[in-house]
Amino acid sequence: MVTTQEARPTPPSARGPRPRTTRAAGTPGSRALTLLAESWRPVAVLLALFALWWFVAWRELVPAYLVPSPGAVAETMAADWAMLLEHTWVTTLETIVGFVLAAVIGVAAAVLLVYSRTAEKSLYPLILFAQVIPKIAIAPILVVWFGFGMTPKIVLAVLIAFFPVVVSAVAGLRSVDPELLEMSATMGASRWKTFRKIRFPGALPQLMSGLKVAVTLAVVGAVVGEFVGADRGLGYVLLLASGNLDAPLLFADLILMSLIGVVLFVLVEVLERLLIPWHASRRGNLALATV
Amino acid sequence: MTATTGHDIPARAAGTEPIIEIAHLTRRFTSRRSETVALDDVSLSVRPGEFVTIAGPSGCGKSTLLKVVAGLTRATEGDVRLYGKPVTGPQREIGFAFQRSALLEWRGVRKNILLQAEMRGMDRRRAEERADHLIALTGLTGFERALPHELSGGMQQRVALCRALLHEPRVLLMDEPFGALDALTREQMNIEMNRIWRETGTTVVLVTHSVPEAVYLGSRIVVMSPRPGRIVETLEPGLPDRREYGPTLADPRFTAAAERLRDLLGASHAPE
Repeated sequence: MVTTQEARPTPPSARGPRPRTTRAAGTPGSRALTLLAESWRPVAVLLALFALWWFVAWRELVPAYLVPSPGAVAETMAADWAMLLEHTWVTTLETIVGFVLAAVIGVAAAVLLVYSRTAEKSLYPLILFAQVIPKIAIAPILVVWFGFGMTPKIVLAVLIAFFPVVVSAVAGLRSVDPELLEMSATMGASRWKTFRKIRFPGALPQLMSGLKVAVTLAVVGAVVGEFVGADRGLGYVLLLASGNLDAPLLFADLILMSLIGVVLFVLVEVLERLLIPWHASRRGNLALATV
Repeated sequence: MTATTGHDIPARAAGTEPIIEIAHLTRRFTSRRSETVALDDVSLSVRPGEFVTIAGPSGCGKSTLLKVVAGLTRATEGDVRLYGKPVTGPQREIGFAFQRSALLEWRGVRKNILLQAEMRGMDRRRAEERADHLIALTGLTGFERALPHELSGGMQQRVALCRALLHEPRVLLMDEPFGALDALTREQMNIEMNRIWRETGTTVVLVTHSVPEAVYLGSRIVVMSPRPGRIVETLEPGLPDRREYGPTLADPRFTAAAERLRDLLGASHAPE
């Protein structure tokens, strides 16, 4: 029908090969180098703090029953590793279950709030108000209700971690470009498809920020739950050690607690990297890293 | 009055039932304090295969007009029909290209185009073949997996165009799709748009405030006045469907229509 002989100019940008982007990471060697380049500063600060601790303990500037030497802490860890491992596992499990539940319930609640005006008007103010109640004060009630097992710790972890998830998920789901929703309407897409393919993926960057806050809070929830009434877990060990003025055990316990938080946080970071490699925040990081 | 009446109106456009029929359309936006009349008694019908450009200054309700036809916003008064049926809700038998490309930033070019197929539940293999055909047609070959942020503005609009054409809609509605592009890229997109229109036979309604774009692309140019949006005049320069860019711009029919359009738009800009 149409014999095309006319000049068909292509824009200069379309002529060249596919542009190299920052997404293309370098060789494993250079990646390790950039990792080192990025992380040497915090590591240096950490080492300095450690040196200060060691110095204080070595010169006995503070009595050993208040600040034990790093060596004493390491000895305790080595001697009691089986016991500590068991309690660490308990706290970790409580934290993970609490965090996952908070994430699931939080996202579900956010979806409800975003899609139902009634739910938003009646529930959102309550959720905000509930956040003002000091969760830690609820812990004793939870013990009364659920006993001394894992349940009250998990419930407390959920209660504390829930809020950042809801807030970030609501913000993420609401931030969808209205034009994308209109486009979806002209495609005759169902609400569910629009949610699955446009709204939810678009909300992920903000949701992931909320999840990172939530995972660190979940640790706090679990430990506080153990403070109030438990016979297992790092919170319980901490109380015992405190009662016995066992400073090395106290410190060992504290280090393990922090370790749980750090490891879980890194896991959420990895999840974020997998889920939203396209996002500007991730691009920014990598662009800087390759400089 | 009509500035020039074309003699060689495309054959496929003549003597057929209108594909879009707008009769006495009025659209008012009411807020607590004020009422804005975006469109006032607009009547327009578009025949199959036509390329209608709607030109007007910003804020003349031309985008609203397009959204009413797509069923994305309601008419306050009047009757809007698409394929003979009244428009009551979002229309899915159309392709819509937005002012900003409205691409999903987490999807590559090909997957962004295929979103159309996923949403409609089209046959996957056919959709993929069609997507590859459109990618070739718009010169996006080699960029299938590139993410939107890796593309230039012009390429992003090409992707949006492919997506709007994937399901072979009989009607393509375009809301200032090239408004954000630089002049040179815009020209190139216009040339390609003319070619795609001829090759696909799609009926196109394109909203623009660029004079050359309106005249170069349109087989009919509808000129609108600013608030309240009314149709002031319809131009039919009678240029052939197939238009070489340079020669067309020098064509007396083009220059006459462009001058008339510029006058009309300029007049509506004049201080009161």
